[in-house]
Amino acid sequence: MGGRRETMVNALLLAGLLAVPLWALWADEPFTITLATRVAILALAGVGLNLALGTGGLVSFGHAVFFGIGGYAMGILAFHAQNYTPLIEALSIPGTKSMPVIWAVAVLASALVALVIGALSLRTSGVYFIMITLAFGQMFYYFTISWPAYGGEDGMSIYLRNSFPGVNTLVPFNFFAISYALLLAVLLLVGRLMRAPFGLALSAARQNEARLRAVGIDPYRLRLSAFTLSGAITGLAGALYADLNRFVSPSMFSWQTSGEIMVFVILGGVGRLFGPVAGAALFILLEHFLGGISEYWHIFLGALLLGVVLFARGGLIGMLAGEEVAHD
Amino acid sequence: MSLLEIADISAFYGPSQALFGVSLSLEEGEVLALMGRNGMGKTTTLRVISRLLAHRGGTALFGGHDLARLPAYRAARLGIGLVPEGRRCFGPLSVRENLIAAARPGPWDLGRVVALFPRLGERMGQQAATLSGGEQQMLAIGRALMTNPRLLILDEATEGLAPVVRREIWEAVHRLKAETGLAIIVVDKSLGELASVADKAVIVEKGRTVWSGAFGGLSREVTAQYLGV
Repeated sequence: MGGRRETMVNALLLAGLLAVPLWALWADEPFTITLATRVAILALAGVGLNLALGTGGLVSFGHAVFFGIGGYAMGILAFHAQNYTPLIEALSIPGTKSMPVIWAVAVLASALVALVIGALSLRTSGVYFIMITLAFGQMFYYFTISWPAYGGEDGMSIYLRNSFPGVNTLVPFNFFAISYALLLAVLLLVGRLMRAPFGLALSAARQNEARLRAVGIDPYRLRLSAFTLSGAITGLAGALYADLNRFVSPSMFSWQTSGEIMVFVILGGVGRLFGPVAGAALFILLEHFLGGISEYWHIFLGALLLGVVLFARGGLIGMLAGEEVAHD
Repeated sequence: MSLLEIADISAFYGPSQALFGVSLSLEEGEVLALMGRNGMGKTTTLRVISRLLAHRGGTALFGGHDLARLPAYRAARLGIGLVPEGRRCFGPLSVRENLIAAARPGPWDLGRVVALFPRLGERMGQQAATLSGGEQQMLAIGRALMTNPRLLILDEATEGLAPVVRREIWEAVHRLKAETGLAIIVVDKSLGELASVADKAVIVEKGRTVWSGAFGGLSREVTAQYLGV
């Protein structure tokens, strides 16, 4: 969204996110490629939350549920594939190590859960909505802790990277390219959606519900659709994140994870399409550089977050591209 | 059957009763002037018709559908297009976005709205909040038309506008009456303008219909008694 300057900032962000791993490939720095991959994946999770939080004004403190479901979809399918055990014994349905299949399952499962959570929580608003989404997150967190079949509290390790047709996914740059391509595709989809009547009405619902009803749009259904799509996108990010780490654990469901995704969105710019990309990049940079100096680097992150909330409501994108403008 | 049939409705704001028995009816293509002094229940009646406020007693039918059972968004989809008092556009969205966010299939589209209000065509990319009052009013009417209504409700559409802009709005209302089969309910203080466009009139006093009939049938005594003019 926004004017020409914001388009420039967005293009530079995308170019930078591609340039860093390309440089790392040339300089033989695989760890840097992994950092860039984390940025792309966490940005994707943030793009999902931003659709609900930024455009729809839904302060969800439970998006870790979808991130975790995506992660566990990958973990469970790959676990059965690597152990040659059927996923569902009675039906002899096997696991899989195919990324596209895993992504489809992750997206469908997280969308379905988002639909159910949204259907219940969207009947409330404000602090009650925040508390209900947080409660769902904690329910899933404690459920996975007490689920010994898939590692319980310790989580699950997957020994091999999942496969993508025609690509060696064990090569770090290739996995980055897959994550980057998915991020681009989702940014394109959400960008179009935000300019379509659906996105405009969602934004209008945040401004005035009664006015929206008066023009024939049901804010509840609209928000439920947005929340479901938002959950599906964050679920896809969770599947990729689990694949990157080849590990899933209940911490993917924790409220801290929900908080971190929200931090990417706020740091980058709430409601700005590329806000989560800028926010995730800044978060990973801070974690990498400040984390090397002190294990208490979150203090600096907290101070930065305070500064953004108090003095730069548009986040990083707002500082670089200026106030959001209406679009033609 | 009338397009809109409101019979003896009562409505409340919390414990306070605002309507005690309002009745009116409207045919397709008719223009009805809803009149009365300030605070007598005109806007409340319009809020009941557009389902932003539920009525408790009486009946409200639109196109044969019982409005009592419908949420506001369903009533709007049936064809009730409200232009609320005070304009109230979606301020952060552009003119184009305000119009397309509300669009539903039908004869009214961006081109037709711009033909009715050429000024909007010049401001398509501009944020609605930065428009002048008159332009915001045109946008509010355009947004209601984009929902392709059968009934357009204009609540104080020219209130607080410059005379030249009021003229533009009234010309648009005349064009809507002449060129479309749209039924229109107008609330406005300008008796002269209402007389030029309205087919019938309903006067509400303290939440009750106290007079209804053909606009031409309004006598000086009636306007003096209920409108103070």
